Amino acid sequence: MSGRFKTISLRIAQAIPVLFGVVVVSFILTRALPGDPAVYFAGASATEESIAQVREVLGLDKSLPQQFIIYVGDLLRGDLGQSISTGQAVTDDLARRLPASLELTLMALFISCSIAVPLGVMAATKPGSLRDHMCRVIVTAGVSLPTFFTGILLIYVFYYLLGIAPSPLGRLDFIYIEPDTITGFYLIDAAITGDWETWFGALKQLVLPATTLALFTMAPIARMTRAAMLSALSSDFVRTARAAGLSSSKILYGYALHNAMLPVITTLGMVFSFTLGANVLVEKVFAWPGIGSYAIEALVASDYAAVQGFVLAMAILFVLLNLCIDIAYSLIDPRIGFEER
Amino acid sequence: MSASRRDFLKLSGGAITAASLPFLKVLPASAASDVIVAVMGQTINSLDLHRTGTNRPSYQVAVNVYDRLVSFGTKVTPDGGVSYDYSVIEPEIAESWEITDSEMIFKLKPGGKFQDGSPITAQDVKWSFDRAVSLGGFPAVQMKAGSLESPDQFEAVDDLTFKIKLIRPSKLTLPDLAVPVPFVINSKVALANATDDDPWATEYLHKTPAGSGAFKVAQWKPGEQLVYERNDDYTSGPVPEIKRVIVREVPSPATRLALLERGDVNLSFNMPNKDAKELSEVDGLAIQTTPIENSIYSLCPNLAFDAFKDKRVRQAIAYSVPYQEVFDAGAYGRGEPMWGGPSMTPSDIAWPQKFPYATDLDRAKDLLKEAGMASGFDVPLSISLGQIDWMEPVALLIQENLAKIGVNATIEKVPSANWRTASLVEKRLPLHLETFGGWLNYPCYYFFWCFLEGHLFNSSNYRNEEIEVLTLETLHMPIDDPDYAPKIKRMIEIIWDEVPRIALWQPALSVGMNGVKDFEYWFHSQLDVRNLKGV
Repeated sequence: MSGRFKTISLRIAQAIPVLFGVVVVSFILTRALPGDPAVYFAGASATEESIAQVREVLGLDKSLPQQFIIYVGDLLRGDLGQSISTGQAVTDDLARRLPASLELTLMALFISCSIAVPLGVMAATKPGSLRDHMCRVIVTAGVSLPTFFTGILLIYVFYYLLGIAPSPLGRLDFIYIEPDTITGFYLIDAAITGDWETWFGALKQLVLPATTLALFTMAPIARMTRAAMLSALSSDFVRTARAAGLSSSKILYGYALHNAMLPVITTLGMVFSFTLGANVLVEKVFAWPGIGSYAIEALVASDYAAVQGFVLAMAILFVLLNLCIDIAYSLIDPRIGFEER
Repeated sequence: MSASRRDFLKLSGGAITAASLPFLKVLPASAASDVIVAVMGQTINSLDLHRTGTNRPSYQVAVNVYDRLVSFGTKVTPDGGVSYDYSVIEPEIAESWEITDSEMIFKLKPGGKFQDGSPITAQDVKWSFDRAVSLGGFPAVQMKAGSLESPDQFEAVDDLTFKIKLIRPSKLTLPDLAVPVPFVINSKVALANATDDDPWATEYLHKTPAGSGAFKVAQWKPGEQLVYERNDDYTSGPVPEIKRVIVREVPSPATRLALLERGDVNLSFNMPNKDAKELSEVDGLAIQTTPIENSIYSLCPNLAFDAFKDKRVRQAIAYSVPYQEVFDAGAYGRGEPMWGGPSMTPSDIAWPQKFPYATDLDRAKDLLKEAGMASGFDVPLSISLGQIDWMEPVALLIQENLAKIGVNATIEKVPSANWRTASLVEKRLPLHLETFGGWLNYPCYYFFWCFLEGHLFNSSNYRNEEIEVLTLETLHMPIDDPDYAPKIKRMIEIIWDEVPRIALWQPALSVGMNGVKDFEYWFHSQLDVRNLKGV
């Protein structure tokens, strides 16, 4: 175990140059964006003079190296700066919006996995059969529909026509009061405080957007499960297990699925990352105050601090995600030792 | 503002019953007629208008939560909607005022109170006005338009007497006191929260308003919602009928449409023209569309571009625009047509009024021939990606007709962060769309921004000696001066002839209502909730 701990620390240490690179690149890239934030934020009828004033307030009158030193100094103190477009500290914005996006994405992946993995397993047991084709049709349809379309369609059917879904007004309908912030995840916070009415309210709001995203993400998971299961089922150890007379469910779930999990986990990591990106459109449609729409608006306005903060937060998130996936590998497959690598 | 649950419960006061959670147990808010749910597509990024970076939608906070010395009156529009009335100035914090050529003296209402119960004094007004002219950016520009430029001009004579020393007598000064910018802040509260680095308390007021307005901010969650709570002890005007207004931000127009139709929200602010047109047929919904005063969507040929130096070429462009199609595709017919006027000479000084151009391709070709451009030329037609919803269809239609007179226009899409710099600051776009609207509703004010050389919205680089002189002469002149109307007519005649801006249409603000009435239109085109009533 100490070896694993050492490796994890090493991995985290290895992330430091990556993060430094991200800091430098995001700083340069935001400055390379077209547009002048001082002009943008000075407002419609600002004069030369007032634009110069705004530029000074934003610290944009200094040279680039100076700006960079100030930025890094602030970063080391944990200050990501002030977003101009939302008027809030970037750390506050991220602290509020990242959990919203993560809650939505994780919920979507949970729904997606709980449908796609069984579908994939089912398809792999009888390749070429009707249910294999059915599975293929369902997931292909899901991934082919753009998320904003699926979202609006679901709203139209379940909210507008049937009236069974709650109003698509973000994380919580205004009849509820948000739970005290502990983790920022409404479901978790409401559960901790034992506020089940709010918990249920938050869950209701999650269903449609999470389903929209889940439909979009089922395809890669189901296809990867099917492929991995096929190769697992045709491998020697399954033949041996069959020959030894083990029950088919034991073979399927105990051995084959266990061994097929590695590529599925890898895919899940990738799906997670692109889902966080694909969130933007779903967030817009469901008025979800998440990180995707935040980043897009910041980009449009050349809001440097917000864009840099977003990129940095994402970088940290992915470093952690990859670490988690590597740990998951070693837990699933003991042959993958951490120590040797 | 910290949005902790405990604070919110406290602020919500009596509305919360023993049941700990919902503050509005029954949803379709129409059932509770003193609570209104409004949605809008934009986001409020500050509660302080004076602060650097505060965006337009945030101005509504200055309107609803703060008061000014004076306000405009209210009138009913021809189609039955409610609008502010530019011709009437009414008391708000001030009770009466006297105006001479050198100063304005305001008497404040005795008994005027801020939301925290402290009295409104002339010192508060002085501090707020000093702040408006000192912080720079847009507020300073808007104050300057009313000849309010320096703190030396403002004086608190005693607790209830406030004096403005005038740089020049101007008709713009009094109405400029009724725009959102010179709002009155509780200076005692602000000063208690000011620091040496931040003497104007911008950090504090950014999140915590300190005003005397008809509504208090009960909760602000940036990017999500703002909740207004009625100020029951309002002293500057009638106490609103509505107890609470929840303004929720919903970026997707399709979602806003569904919410309004279902009745889960009562008011959809600034609806896209397309939705407004569709919903105007639906029973039970009221769509109020008000043309935005002193505002014209225009096509601007830039005189820095060689071909457009000749006014005949600009006129040819003006005759080639397919106005009706442009209006239908860009505005869905909502707004006022600004083409097809009867004469090249204006009969009155109404502004905006129809330009004397209509689609006439033969005339356009003749004009190009006269100008020696019969073979046409190439020109980029620039539009902003931020306003692509109307600019793109309009640009495509214009491009199509320009091709018929031999002008080869290529559409160039400019990112919105860059648009203002390119079009207004550097003024380098040869042919582009522009949208200026003036808050102060006078033609001379429009001319001041759009037709004087070097002025910000003169993105056509236009200069005409007579316009330069006449605009500055009329800008501060009272409108009842016998010279005013003839001069304005002359100015309109010149720019009709020389068309540095080709008027397309006058835009409109559409608001959808379900279960509320009496939305009041204001020149600032932001959501004023003070006049709303339940049905």
